[in-house]
Amino acid sequence: MLDLDSVSKSFGAVRALRSGTLKVAAGSIHALIGENGAGKSTLVKIVAGVHRRDAGTFRFQGREVDFGSTAESKDAGIAVIYQEPTLFPDLSVTENIFMGRMPLGSARRIDRQAMHREAESLFERLGVRIDPKRPARGLSIADQQIIEIAKAISLDAALLVMDEPTAALSGVEVDRLFAVARSLRDEGRGLVFISHRFDEVFDLCDTVTVMRDGAYIDTHRVADTSVPALVAQMVGREVAELFPKVPAEIGDVVLSVDGLSSAGVFRDVSFQVRAGEIVGLSGLVGAGRSEIARAVFGVDRYDSGTVTLHGKPVKPGNPRAAIRSGIAFVPEDRRQQGLVVDSSVAHNVAGVIRRNLSKAGLLTTAAENKAVRPWAARLEVKTNALDMPATTMSGGNQQKVVIAKWLATEPSLLIIDEPTRGIDVGTKSEVHRLLSELAGQGLAVLMISSELPEVLGMADRVLVVCEGRITAELDRSEATPENVMAAATGTTPDRVHVALETQQVEEVTA
Amino acid sequence: MSTTVDTTPSTDPGRRRPDARGVAGDLLRSRELAVLVVLLLLVAVATFKSNGFLTGDSWRDLLLTPSILLLLAAGQTMVLITRNVDLSVASTLGLTAYATGELMSSGQSPWVAALGGVAFGAFLGAINGVMIAFGRVPALVITLGTSLAFRGFLLHWAGSDRVNASEMDSGFLALGTKQVLTIPVLTIIALLVVVAVGYYLRTARSGRELYAIGSDPAAAALFGLPIRQRVLGAFIASGALAGLAGVFFAARYGGVSSNAGQGIELQAIAAAVIGGVAIFGGSGSVWGAAIGAFLLVTIDRVLPILGVPDFYQQAVVGGLIIGAVVLDRFLASRAEHRLVAEREVTP
Repeated sequence: MLDLDSVSKSFGAVRALRSGTLKVAAGSIHALIGENGAGKSTLVKIVAGVHRRDAGTFRFQGREVDFGSTAESKDAGIAVIYQEPTLFPDLSVTENIFMGRMPLGSARRIDRQAMHREAESLFERLGVRIDPKRPARGLSIADQQIIEIAKAISLDAALLVMDEPTAALSGVEVDRLFAVARSLRDEGRGLVFISHRFDEVFDLCDTVTVMRDGAYIDTHRVADTSVPALVAQMVGREVAELFPKVPAEIGDVVLSVDGLSSAGVFRDVSFQVRAGEIVGLSGLVGAGRSEIARAVFGVDRYDSGTVTLHGKPVKPGNPRAAIRSGIAFVPEDRRQQGLVVDSSVAHNVAGVIRRNLSKAGLLTTAAENKAVRPWAARLEVKTNALDMPATTMSGGNQQKVVIAKWLATEPSLLIIDEPTRGIDVGTKSEVHRLLSELAGQGLAVLMISSELPEVLGMADRVLVVCEGRITAELDRSEATPENVMAAATGTTPDRVHVALETQQVEEVTA
Repeated sequence: MSTTVDTTPSTDPGRRRPDARGVAGDLLRSRELAVLVVLLLLVAVATFKSNGFLTGDSWRDLLLTPSILLLLAAGQTMVLITRNVDLSVASTLGLTAYATGELMSSGQSPWVAALGGVAFGAFLGAINGVMIAFGRVPALVITLGTSLAFRGFLLHWAGSDRVNASEMDSGFLALGTKQVLTIPVLTIIALLVVVAVGYYLRTARSGRELYAIGSDPAAAALFGLPIRQRVLGAFIASGALAGLAGVFFAARYGGVSSNAGQGIELQAIAAAVIGGVAIFGGSGSVWGAAIGAFLLVTIDRVLPILGVPDFYQQAVVGGLIIGAVVLDRFLASRAEHRLVAEREVTP
């Protein structure tokens, strides 16, 4: 039903897509995989009508199409879930789902009751409990993603494109999403599924298309291929070990958190991070992991407890003081919290080190570029020029810019929230190698991650958070998927699903 | 946000509150109610200080004076919600008031003159809207420019001339002072307009789209909402309401000169902001803006009664605006905390 052939798209001097080819049959789920910057998101945006292709053919349901706006693609029967949720924070959850096509009652009034009912039944189908009347503001990324999915399903579209819908979802939520996806497929709809998780691709999809460097590489039936084969095609080279944390000399205590509490968010959180150590903060999405990190860094305030760095107390609620005392913080939601997307790469990286760069109070672009170049080079940020806006880069490269930005402050503690969220295998291992290397140089790292294999592979110690409390502290040797998941869900280890182990194996072999 | 539509009491039978505290909390968080309480307190204090405050001419003026501001605040609300601003409404009011007077003095019926005034206002709003929606220039810049341009055009047109009461239809002028059950007719019309705008914003698809556009313009674009049409529509509505305000101005004051309405655009924005319309779009209601308009006018009348020197009256209004915005920030951050705490996580 969807047929893209040799589609290309350039943004200025950057060729985001050289030759995109994608053929999706009705009644099938088609995976689209590739490294960051491979052109997947650009391809999706062409299908969605956000961008217009420069060349190539684009057919949908047998007709030649050229969408000039997202409204046109929607009318044609295409629903897209973007990588970053796009909700209206001031409007209610229901209004977000039905915006632009709210059910009308008499006299063309919006029928709010019917709308709420429909939203409730959508959420029931997805198996989640979200109050449809609450505003979208303040929802977790997982919940926002679920609302995006509900929105797309309610569109009753012939083709549903999902750009990494599972990145922020927990296991149960992913299972429900997959059940819905399969039922949509069985109704004869086409689905495109972009993911970096191979287990999901193999679990859900029928066919898979691999892209690399903006070009089509190959399409397989999922049954006829294997993870190593796909990985080889994705990266075009051998991938180094995925989680290469090497033993580093553990030094003195760098960060010490004692009895940290914030009403309704987390309670009585105490832990330490030593130099050269990577401490993993694990738990389900929404357990309070990110909130703890934000409080330590001073973005959010806390009610009681202390945070000390090298024995000196860190002022609460003051990120500047935290940066000055040597804490770096790479946040979870890079678009909102980590990156000034409209600013240039150099501006972004130099943003936190301005004070040292400025001469007589003046900051020159030349000085900025000079200071930034080594960091960008080290992280292999793919961008033509450092003064290009960060918004033109792929998600993985954006993440690299965020990391570069903070490494430039030469911190003694790095807090990194979901370091590889939405990042492909190749970059993932680069990020992991980088973290390991930094720990080896004596940096203390506090890593928050929803990906269990990542936590287990990288962390010297794992802290498990459940409903705002640290429920387990496990050494590398004790940290098994069962133990961590048991602590994260508040159950006993033998009741945890065995599927977790197979998932880990697949990710590690990747 | 404390001021989203969801905090207004709903008549949904399906809506159940966990306990009475929730209802009280909602009401306390409702900005409209808070401003209304302040307004009523002011009126109570003034009545206590001066017995005649709620009688005769004083009562009439208290209701009549806000009628023009109500119309402008309603139009401004629609524009502000889309994350824009219309600074040209005062000049639009001046131009349309003069045009209405001129139409009547050239022998047209008052109906034609009034409709002409509104249509002229809508046209001037469309000039703003086209440049902002299609030219992608910030509304602040465009409407600042058109505000000066419209006023300049009026100066050129009217010169030192003014339309006098004797040139206008007597029935039309009577409208300016006419009352029904002691309530001035102009105020009744203005309130009907406010109700219509409020109804539109809450129950029409395009009304909700205005909120969506202001709440997150990038998301609205990705969503495929007709942003340009909606923004253009908001500016045309604001212009038309400013045109109607011009008609009111002619009827009420009976004479129009080239400086008619100067400075009232800031009052309209102030009324909306005090009433809880977010200056960055996406939230607020026309009810709040209307109460804000009444509050502004009432303050003007009450402060002299309370013996506050003229000199400080402006400062009080300024303090009120800043206080309202600071309160907004405070409430918004509290509401955000509450929403984060309330979110349900499925294990």
